[in-house]
Amino acid sequence: MNKKTQLVLASLATTLLVAGCASGPSFVELNALTDKIVKASFRDQSHVKVERITATDETNRLCSEADVAGKPLDEKTAKRIEEANLKAIKWPSDGKFIGDWKEGEKIAQSGRGLTWTDKADDVNGGNCYNCHKIDQKEISYGTIGPSLYNYGKIRGVSNPNDPASKAIVEYTWGKIWNAKAYNACSNMPRAGHTGILNEAQVRHIVGLLLDPKSPVNQ
Amino acid sequence: MNKASSLAVATALALSTMPALAQKTASQGIDEYRAMLQDGNPAELFEAKGEDLWKKARGPKNASLEKCDLGKGPGVFKGAFVELPKYFADTQRVQDLESRLVTCMETLQGFNAAEISKTAFGRGEMANVTALATYIAAESKGQRFNLSQAHPQEKTFYEVGKRLFFQRGGSHDFSCASCHGEEGKRIRLQDLPMLTKNPGDGVGFAAWPAYRVSNGQMWSMQLRLNDCYRQQRFPYPGFGSDATIALSTYLGVNAKGAASVAPAIKR
Repeated sequence: MNKKTQLVLASLATTLLVAGCASGPSFVELNALTDKIVKASFRDQSHVKVERITATDETNRLCSEADVAGKPLDEKTAKRIEEANLKAIKWPSDGKFIGDWKEGEKIAQSGRGLTWTDKADDVNGGNCYNCHKIDQKEISYGTIGPSLYNYGKIRGVSNPNDPASKAIVEYTWGKIWNAKAYNACSNMPRAGHTGILNEAQVRHIVGLLLDPKSPVNQ
Repeated sequence: MNKASSLAVATALALSTMPALAQKTASQGIDEYRAMLQDGNPAELFEAKGEDLWKKARGPKNASLEKCDLGKGPGVFKGAFVELPKYFADTQRVQDLESRLVTCMETLQGFNAAEISKTAFGRGEMANVTALATYIAAESKGQRFNLSQAHPQEKTFYEVGKRLFFQRGGSHDFSCASCHGEEGKRIRLQDLPMLTKNPGDGVGFAAWPAYRVSNGQMWSMQLRLNDCYRQQRFPYPGFGSDATIALSTYLGVNAKGAASVAPAIKR
């Protein structure tokens, strides 16, 4: 630890101590108490283990803290988180980004998998329609995320294999694989990164969004 | 509007905005369905069962619950629901309605609190706790939420509850706020209340216990939170655990001023 960090930590400790005396437990003490309460309150159920929430990564930890403070992450921290998540993206092993949009639609519709009432070997869904409008024929869609109707068309993708489309194709894969690579505290799950969807499933979702024949782009 | 022009408007709508019209019809249909449900709420059956259980001598000590202190003194239950969770000096902890009822079942009737807390929802004495909670909640219908933040433990539980509300984790990185942190959002067609402030009368914390038509079950607040955590892909929260009570304290304090409609009826 360098001198500057030591100094910051020391003054932070003093501030917390003063605040602590005046008005109950400090911010840091409350965080520690929350951790303790989480460990004592939750238990494993079926294949869902407590480590899922106690061993969470820096991205979730820092974003949760920012949410509690009611302030977005500072730019530097956000950049650092995004870079780390970008580096962790697994690109398609065979270089193929576009799958079968019909399969993609099935995955987008499914909200199955990874709850304690699902079987451990169930095929997971993408939960996409829970938050996004996608094919406009499906009227039961959520609004937490933006509409993805005409996703490829709006971005001018008429041939996803054309080198001119490369940037959009790669971004789409990356966003689905690890949404936090482009927006540190996005509400969107990291479908590939945390193992919700496998490579083939992500490929089908990219197809659903970018294939000119997909109902999304009609 | 005369008949000819309303026909013209209807035709124009049908031709130009088919998907939008279909959607409006679907959500309108749901609203009508909900309104129809208000005519007869099966929660009343659970309310009646709860009243019986409250007054009946039961358990190893063959006693009723009529002397149970829900925070306003022994036997006073009107208005108790809208002030819970709160700190109780005898147990030295913050308790919600359900965990407090279990405490009374142990101290007054001689039941084993730990055994009840381990029982699955809808089974054995746990089903009785839900009926009792339905009865007690109904006795405060129309009253406004007003949780105490006077005791240091109540303040601490609010702060811990806030941290739990924003805790991201699990396979999907979800927190409570992922769905309940913004106004006017929905999952599929289901409207989501924003729970970081008072969401309004009879919404969110002020609507549970509620009868669920889709599965024919009476759901308590503990079960409501349990199933949220399940869908959030979190591990299993213990019944009456500090996490569930801290989260309830956060939601309850935020709901200050909201009128309770519990027991409500849900899709």
